[in-house]
Amino acid sequence: MAETTLNGFGAKAARESGLRGVAADWASDQRAFKSASWGKAMMWIFLLSDTFIFSCFLLGYMTVRMSTVEPWPNTSEVFALHIGETNFPLLLIAIMTFVLISSSGTMALAVNYAYRRNRAVTIVFLLCTAVLGATFVGMQAFEWTKLITEGVRPWSNPWGAPQFGATFFMITGFHGTHVTFGVIFLLIVAYKVWRGHYDRGERGFFTSRRGDYEHVEIMGLYWHFVDLVWVFIFAFFYLW
Amino acid sequence: MVDATPRADDIIPPAEVPELELYHPKSWWTTYVFSQDAKVIAIQYAGTAIAIGLVALVLSWLMRLQLGFPGTFSFITPEAYYQFVTMHGMIMVIYLLTALFLGGFGNYLIPLMVGARDMVFPYVNMLSYWVYLLAVLVLVASFFASGGPTGAGWTLYPPQAILSGTPGGQSWGIILMLVSLIIFIIGFTMGGLNYVVTVIQGRTRGMTLMRMPLTVWGIFTATVMALLAFPALFVACVMMLFDRVLGTSFFMPALVEMGQQLSYGGGSPILFQHLFWFFGHPEVYIVALPAFGIVSDLISTHARKNIFGYRMMVWAIVVIGALSFIVWAHHMYVSGMHPWFGFFFATTTLIIAIPTAIKVYNWVLTLWRGDIHLTVPMLFALAFIVTFVNGGLTGLFLGNVVVDVPLSDTMFVVAHFHMVMGVAPILVIFGAIYHWYPKMTGRMLDERMGRFHFWVTFVGAYAIFFPMHYVGLVGVPRRYPELGDSAFIPASVHDLNAFITIAALIVGFAQMVFLFNIFWSLRHGKEAGPNPWRATSLEWQTPTTPPPHGNWGDERPVVYRWAYDYSVPDAPQDFIPQNDPWPQKVPAARQA
Ligand code: HEM
Ligand SMILES: [Cu+2]
Repeated sequence: MAETTLNGFGAKAARESGLRGVAADWASDQRAFKSASWGKAMMWIFLLSDTFIFSCFLLGYMTVRMSTVEPWPNTSEVFALHIGETNFPLLLIAIMTFVLISSSGTMALAVNYAYRRNRAVTIVFLLCTAVLGATFVGMQAFEWTKLITEGVRPWSNPWGAPQFGATFFMITGFHGTHVTFGVIFLLIVAYKVWRGHYDRGERGFFTSRRGDYEHVEIMGLYWHFVDLVWVFIFAFFYLW
Repeated sequence: MVDATPRADDIIPPAEVPELELYHPKSWWTTYVFSQDAKVIAIQYAGTAIAIGLVALVLSWLMRLQLGFPGTFSFITPEAYYQFVTMHGMIMVIYLLTALFLGGFGNYLIPLMVGARDMVFPYVNMLSYWVYLLAVLVLVASFFASGGPTGAGWTLYPPQAILSGTPGGQSWGIILMLVSLIIFIIGFTMGGLNYVVTVIQGRTRGMTLMRMPLTVWGIFTATVMALLAFPALFVACVMMLFDRVLGTSFFMPALVEMGQQLSYGGGSPILFQHLFWFFGHPEVYIVALPAFGIVSDLISTHARKNIFGYRMMVWAIVVIGALSFIVWAHHMYVSGMHPWFGFFFATTTLIIAIPTAIKVYNWVLTLWRGDIHLTVPMLFALAFIVTFVNGGLTGLFLGNVVVDVPLSDTMFVVAHFHMVMGVAPILVIFGAIYHWYPKMTGRMLDERMGRFHFWVTFVGAYAIFFPMHYVGLVGVPRRYPELGDSAFIPASVHDLNAFITIAALIVGFAQMVFLFNIFWSLRHGKEAGPNPWRATSLEWQTPTTPPPHGNWGDERPVVYRWAYDYSVPDAPQDFIPQNDPWPQKVPAARQA
């Protein structure tokens, strides 16, 4: 059986650059993305599909925001934190966003160190990312609790359009689920780095496919995507 | 012509796609039940899809009995009729056609046709089937739930879908339907990602995209579309589920039901329609494009001629796929859209006719002066072309706003979409099964039963759906369990309805011959040999028939040409397999 260089890092044949290169790749045999492994290609396509899901959620939110007959609650008041005497509009959300964006940074570092085969540092950054992600989810739980105690329900709220609660719980819930799954997989990847599975090419539990340090990067693709989606949710839901 | 003969300086590049490390099953369970082999998964998908499809068939009989002989069958109440319509439509479109084309034929044909050993992630592929099965079971459960299945129509339009006036609206019916769809989409995504990545990243040496058989192009494009269209349905289902279960108002305006003000308010029913049809229209092509692809291959093989305009055919598939994402609102002409939007969507809709017409011309030109063998698969392929043209023409009527408005929600629409996305793809499925059954089992399906099955199905389908156009034109609305004594309905409609019902029953029973044939031929069919149709594409060149797990024995095939080298002058045979380097000798061209 041929030596498997799944990740394509071995394949460095001289290729034309620019559009000609793209055309040449797509006209070639075997594979169209010359430097993407199967796993990476699959993650990209999955993310494309997921983009459509989040887009539909956001477009649905915008539509009901227009169709509802009651006024939309003022988000800078609803999402304000009351500390001491003053109200800080959007404070919690600002922190959450900061946390999540930072986690993208630590994730990128983890990918970098993974390719250098620096296991210890990779694990540190993977765990950092997981902790930041968990913090995000925790703060989201806090925000949900706060709103629920203030009387926000999927079907009603004290300040106006009932669609506010509905879209809020649905969209942040769906995104939070993505983050939660991300944290779980970060922990699994960290464990596998720690045990050296990627050095030995140990088979994965689910895919029965040999592990590779590229998995850290694939994990990263997902994580960055989840962060990016958050930016849109933040902009369209909290700032608008 | 494209890539007809390899040039002398043609060099097949060295392998860059790694060998797939297959999981070798250790027990009976992992070989036949929890198998990771795409071919076994394909058969599981197909078997489940056909089984649930039979339920939909029986439902169509019940509906036809009611329409043909109203008042005779007391157990078919109006509520029951709505439930039959809904489940029939949904099962046929999603659980039968989508699952069979993509999960069934996709799994079987993609790896074989592109020269792969299996799908790129066999384990995920296996999960896809089991999740699909779960979706089917949840769907079936709704037949037994209290209140029965939903009767909201396969379009599930709110607000009625979740109100008490609709069967299943305030009981389990609609909930189970939505949950089942959500599960289906999750399962499909697992498989769909596999099909797409296998095509773009898992091909064998020499297999360029422009050498792939059109079957692969059709299934591939349809899968990409499904991955982008199903999200809209997913979101619509989630939102409606929340409306029903949590009392949110995504789709629900303020309503008074039976004199009572409901707690809903401020939602947008039109939003649902947009989401549904953003999925729903591409869905039409998700079942049509695989059919287009398969039919191209059947015609070329059985007419012993290269497909006419291969490149055009590929681009037509891709362009149809892309355009079908910007036509969805032609299903909403009567929803109170702004006329400008109607104009826009009518225009885009009619533009799709161009690539579609190109395909039809190319099929006809492929047949032109071909050496046509009227085998059973060929009969079905020819029947498809006729039927598809037929349905396409009525589509032009319905695509125009002014014509559609009076025809909307009549039996004319029902006749139209049955022609174009009911009968036409089903004919291809039959043709494809007759064509590939020998590869799957090593035996031919019985020819005489096949011909009988073909003629009854083909003639019968026209007996059913042709008169339905007329019934619709005189104004009979769709989804009506009975017409009563409405004055505008001429007596001829009642006679025709009885006629259609009898035809539908006959066609339905003819399918039993087909099922019998499938089981009978497993044992008693003629030995097929590896390549009974003398076809060029890779699946017919496997070292063993039926192909084992891993497909290719020690070495994967190397591809030297496109899939359509039939009747090439001077060639030793009237077909040249894709992995045959003729006129060169093998080793020279194999060098890296
Ligand atoms: C033996 C063949 C078939 C017969 C006799 C048949 C008959 C019918 C009938 C009587 C209706 C209800 C019309 C009404 O009252 O509005 C219907 C609806 C429908 N059928 Fe079929 N059908 C057949 C095959 C198919 C196939 C293969 C498909 C796959 C696309 C299909 C898709 C649908 C859909 C989507 C609806 C609309 C359901 C709705 O209005 O919610 N049918 N069919
Ligand atoms: Cu359409």
